Amino acid sequence: MDLFEYQARDMFEKHGVPVLAGAVATTPEEAKEAAERIGTASGGVTVVKAQVKTGGRGKAGGVKVAKTADEAFEHASAILGMDIKGHTVHRVMIAQGARIAEEYYFSILLDRANRTYLAMCSKEGGMEIEQLAVERPEALARIAVDPNVGIDDAKAREIVEAAGFDADTAAKIEPVLTTLWTVYREEDATLVEVNPLVKTEDGEIVALDGKVSLDANAGFRHPDHEALEDSGETDPLEAAAKEKDLNYVKLDGSVGIIGNGAGLVMSTLDVVAYAGEVFGGQKPANFLDIGGGASAEVMANGLHIILSDPQVKSVFVNVFGGITACDAVANGIVGALDALGDEEDRALVVRLDGNNVEEGRRILAERNHPRVIIEETMDGAARKAAELASQN
Amino acid sequence: MAIFLTADSKVIVQGMTGSEGMKHTQRMLRSGTAVVGGVNPRKAGTDVEFEGGVSVPVFGTVAEAMERTGADVSVAFVPAAFTKAAAVEAIDAGIPLLVVITEGVAVKDTAEFYNYAAEKGGTRIIGPNCPGLISPGAANAGIIPADISGPGRIGLVSKSGTLTYQMMYELRDFGFSSAVGIGGDPVIGTTHIDCLEAFENDPDTDAIVMIGEIGGDAEERAAAYIKEHVTKPVVGYVAGFTAPEGKTMGHAGAIVSGSSGTAQAKKEALEAAGVKVGKTPSETAQLMREIMESRSS
Repeated sequence: MDLFEYQARDMFEKHGVPVLAGAVATTPEEAKEAAERIGTASGGVTVVKAQVKTGGRGKAGGVKVAKTADEAFEHASAILGMDIKGHTVHRVMIAQGARIAEEYYFSILLDRANRTYLAMCSKEGGMEIEQLAVERPEALARIAVDPNVGIDDAKAREIVEAAGFDADTAAKIEPVLTTLWTVYREEDATLVEVNPLVKTEDGEIVALDGKVSLDANAGFRHPDHEALEDSGETDPLEAAAKEKDLNYVKLDGSVGIIGNGAGLVMSTLDVVAYAGEVFGGQKPANFLDIGGGASAEVMANGLHIILSDPQVKSVFVNVFGGITACDAVANGIVGALDALGDEEDRALVVRLDGNNVEEGRRILAERNHPRVIIEETMDGAARKAAELASQN
Repeated sequence: MAIFLTADSKVIVQGMTGSEGMKHTQRMLRSGTAVVGGVNPRKAGTDVEFEGGVSVPVFGTVAEAMERTGADVSVAFVPAAFTKAAAVEAIDAGIPLLVVITEGVAVKDTAEFYNYAAEKGGTRIIGPNCPGLISPGAANAGIIPADISGPGRIGLVSKSGTLTYQMMYELRDFGFSSAVGIGGDPVIGTTHIDCLEAFENDPDTDAIVMIGEIGGDAEERAAAYIKEHVTKPVVGYVAGFTAPEGKTMGHAGAIVSGSSGTAQAKKEALEAAGVKVGKTPSETAQLMREIMESRSS
C-alpha cells in the first residue's frame, strides 16, 4: 500500500523525523483555514500540494506557493479536481513554506536481487531519482543494509560519507537517517523515500516530501494501517471482492476470468488476450484467484463478483486442481448459477483438470446447464470464451 | 538422483498438528515420503496416527526432532505471524533444508530470517509462499500433488504453484527429476539461479523448464546465468504479459512498476540467452516435448 504525502508526513512526525507543519484539505475553504493556521510560522507563506500517488505533479501545476491564505484558497480551487496522469486530485496538503538552501535525496527500499535492504543517498535531490541514476550514477550512493542490523550510527556515517557530504552537514543528517530507518522497520515499510531532504537557510535538516509503501502482509502487526487505505480510489467490485477475501483486480476487457493460483490466473489472462486477438480484440475483464483448496462457496462468491461486472460478456473458469478439488469447483458453479436463475444469460466456459476432475466434470454434465460449456484444454477454452464474448 | 530432495530425505513438519499440516503430512506419507516427526511444543511426546497405521511422533523442538530422527528436511506450515520464529528455530538447529509453505509472510520477517540463515550457513530455504518441491517417486516436501507426474528426466523450477502443476501435467508422459516451486514473494530463499545450477549439476536431469512471472528481475538474472553456466537445454515461460502497471497480481512480488518487471523484458532476456520461450503453458510444454523427443531418437 502506497501512502499519500500527507500520510507519510504524519508517520514521519510520529517517529521523530523532522518535518514542517502540514495539514490535508479537501475543499478550498479547508485549505484557507489551514493556511491561516500553518502560515503563521512562515510569514504567511504556505505551499499547496496536490495529493496524488504519482510523480510529476509539480510539472503538471499541482504544487503552488501561496503568500497569503486567500492565495491558498485560490490555488486549492485550481488544484482540487485536477487530473494528474489519470489521477484525480481529491486532496491537497497545505504545508508550511520553507527557505531551502540545499536539496538532497534519501531512500530505503527492498533490494529483491540481493535479498537485503538498500539505502540510496545523494547530495543532488529534488529531481527525479531515476533520471539522476541514469545521468549521473556516481552522484547516487548505494549502500546495502543488513535487515538484521539496520541503519545504526555506523551505517548512517557510511551512507553520508559515500554520498560525499561535508562533515557539518553529515553530522546533522546522520540522526535523521537512523530515524527514517526506525520508520522503515517499525512500520513494516518496503519503501521510505525522502525527496527532497532539505537543508534550510537556518541549517536545519527537514524531510520536505516523503513517499512510504507499507507491506500489506504485515497488517497483523499494524491495526492502524487499515485506516490509511484510500477507499475512495478502490474500484467498487474490488472492494466487494476484498470483503469476501477474494484476490480480485478489475481490468478493462470483456472476458471474466476466475482460476486458482496467481500464476495460473495471470497465465489465463495472457492466453485469453492472445485468443481474443482473432475475435475483435477481446480482453480479460479481471484477475480473480480463488486460491488453493477453495470451497464451493468461494467459487460461487467469485462468480457473483465477476457477473456483477456489466462489462463481462462471457466467463472463463480455469482450474487446475492441485489442492483444490474439481468437484467443489463444479458444485460452486452449479450453486451460483442456480442462485442467479434465468436472468443470467452469459456463458461460462469451464476447463477443469487435476484433482477429482472426473467427478467435477460429471457434476457439470449431470446438471447440464444450458450456459455452461466444458472445454478440455486451457487454449481451447480461452478461444471459446473470447468467441462468445465477441458475439454478445 | 534429484535436486535438494531424494529418497533418503527424512522430513519433519513444523505445524504438523494444525489442519493444513495434518492434511499435507498425510499426502506426503501417502506418496512414500519418510515423514519422521512433527514439531509442536504443546504436543511434544504425543504421537499422531495417520492412515495405514502410520504413527508420527511429535517433538518439542526442531533440534530434538533432528537429534531423535536424523531428519534433514523441515516443512513449515505455521501461520504467517509465527513463521519467522519457526524459521529461526530450524536454522538454529542446523536443518539442511527448510521448506516454508506459509503464504502472507511479512517481507521484513522473510528478509530477516533469510539473512540470518545466510550468515549462519548450513540451511537452504525454499519459499515462503511456495508449494515446496517434489522428486517424483522419491520424496515430496510440501503440497505439490504427487499423482500429477511420475519420475523422469526434466527439471522444473517455478515461481507459481498451479503453473507447476499445469506444466507437470502437460509433460507427465516424460516425468520429472525434481520440480521446485520457489514462490512468488519479493524475498525468497532459493532462486531460479540456485535451481538452474543444481539441475545443471544433476546427472539425472536432461533438460530444464523455468517458469517465471512479472515483477522484480529474477528472470533476467537467471537468463544471464544460463548464458554463462547452463549447457543443458532450457525452456521458459513467463506469466503476466497483459498485467497492468502498478497492480499486484495475486503474488506479493508480482507487480510491474514502471518499465521494470514486465513479462516482455523477461522473455527477451531469456531468448537472448538462448532459452526457447513459449507464449502459453501448452506451447512451452510442446517446446520441451520436442527437446525430449529429439534426445531419445
